[in-house]
Amino acid sequence: MDRALPQPTPETQHFWDGCKVGELRLQRCAACAQTYFPPRPFCPACGSRSVEVYVASGKGVLWSYVINHRPRPDMGTEPHSIAVVKLKEGPTMMTNIVGCPQTPEALQLDMPVEVTFETFGAMALPLFKPAGA
Amino acid sequence: MKPRSIAVVGAAETTRLGKIPDMSVIGLHADAALNAMADCGLTAKDIDGVATAGESPTNIAHYLGITPTWADGTQVGGCSFMLHVRHAAAAINEGLCKTVLITHGESGRSRVGGGGGFGRAPASLMGQFEMPFGVTSPPTMFTIPVMRYLKARGYTETDLAMVAVIQREWAAMNPRASFRTPITVDDVLNSPMIAWPFRMLMCCLVTDGGGALILTSAERAKDFPTKPVYILGTGESVETPLVSQMEDFTSSKAFRVSGKKAFDEAGISHADVDHLMIYDAFAHLPLYGLEDLGFCKPGEAAGFIADRNTAPGGKLPLNTNGGGLSYMHSGMYGMYALQESVRQMRGIAPAQVPGAKVAVSHGVGGMFAASGTIIFSNEA
Repeated sequence: MDRALPQPTPETQHFWDGCKVGELRLQRCAACAQTYFPPRPFCPACGSRSVEVYVASGKGVLWSYVINHRPRPDMGTEPHSIAVVKLKEGPTMMTNIVGCPQTPEALQLDMPVEVTFETFGAMALPLFKPAGA
Repeated sequence: MKPRSIAVVGAAETTRLGKIPDMSVIGLHADAALNAMADCGLTAKDIDGVATAGESPTNIAHYLGITPTWADGTQVGGCSFMLHVRHAAAAINEGLCKTVLITHGESGRSRVGGGGGFGRAPASLMGQFEMPFGVTSPPTMFTIPVMRYLKARGYTETDLAMVAVIQREWAAMNPRASFRTPITVDDVLNSPMIAWPFRMLMCCLVTDGGGALILTSAERAKDFPTKPVYILGTGESVETPLVSQMEDFTSSKAFRVSGKKAFDEAGISHADVDHLMIYDAFAHLPLYGLEDLGFCKPGEAAGFIADRNTAPGGKLPLNTNGGGLSYMHSGMYGMYALQESVRQMRGIAPAQVPGAKVAVSHGVGGMFAASGTIIFSNEA
């Protein structure tokens, strides 16, 4: 059983293409400078269609998470974290925290994390690890 | 409806028609919506009602940046939008919202990004930005904001456990409840781990069942054999289909908007409420609900429950059927919350609140995606 993989649409293609080349690509509004996520071809804050794609820092903090203990053969072994990080640029993003024990002690809220891309089949997913790990 | 009371002020189609392989279904909805708003000089901030078919109104509202007080996802096929117009007219006349956006988008030829709606197709927003990380079911989705909530409020696992313990006390009084044996905080904290910090007894049941309601005019209600239960106020809102995109992990915007609208409409204060139902798919929901509806200040809900204010004999009886945690939960539990509110207003509940005159029934949809609030009274 394989992990559920994203199927890009024309509006999100840049994001998934970026993951494959090791770039976390976000969008921001040219009119109000707001960075937003997930991708869409207009700004959800002001409605402007004048938006641009840029390469984000890939840095953020651990915002919230659960540690799943139920069987998920597609996700590897339990327990594993399902997390939300708050990116330095503002938006929140769902991910998994890797590169550290999957325990409440190791997963402290607000700890700095950085993106790491992992390949699954034809896609690369943005996962996060403790900063500097 | 009242003739000539409602008008169309903006109308537009997508920028292009025909073959549009570079836009997904939700993109087509949004393109048409932005064009219609431009047509009449409005922005998403001016829209407070959303209706759509094929996609969920939650997806459309969040994608466009709309905070609605009315949402309609009636899906009856190609004429759904005619029904939306009619429902919108009634809603505007009733004051549920002022400005309604009705959208349609369909990639009928190119088939890009379909399988939207409430589905989780790989090209949907959830399929792209949440499911690859292992969320599929409520125990790993509805629970996602909770670690942040606990930290922000200074709450602990024990506070979550106490919600389940006190609701079991109510369930013990209800012969129809699935679980009636009393439990302790230790029982909850020693039950199997599902998804940290959630243990099994902090999660709702999965059972079979159903419910139905029949409504008519207050005038006609007088002729029925049952005691009428009147609707004092109503509220609704939607926020986001993606729990990871909630504006604030410590508070539900949909709860706040829906609750305020219902209280304003009813013209009551919190002190007037005799009985309360808050949809409890998981133990954190009553805590969020008490705070977001304004019964408790942020950070005071856990103490309010621990001090037995919501327990049998307390001043604000909450989830008196035992709730989704102990009574039953078939999947869309909101119907059972409404049923218990009606029983309490009729005076026939197994754990009847003596003399209750005003009941609030507050529901959640999806994982904090949507909310609805109904305030009942047994006084005309």
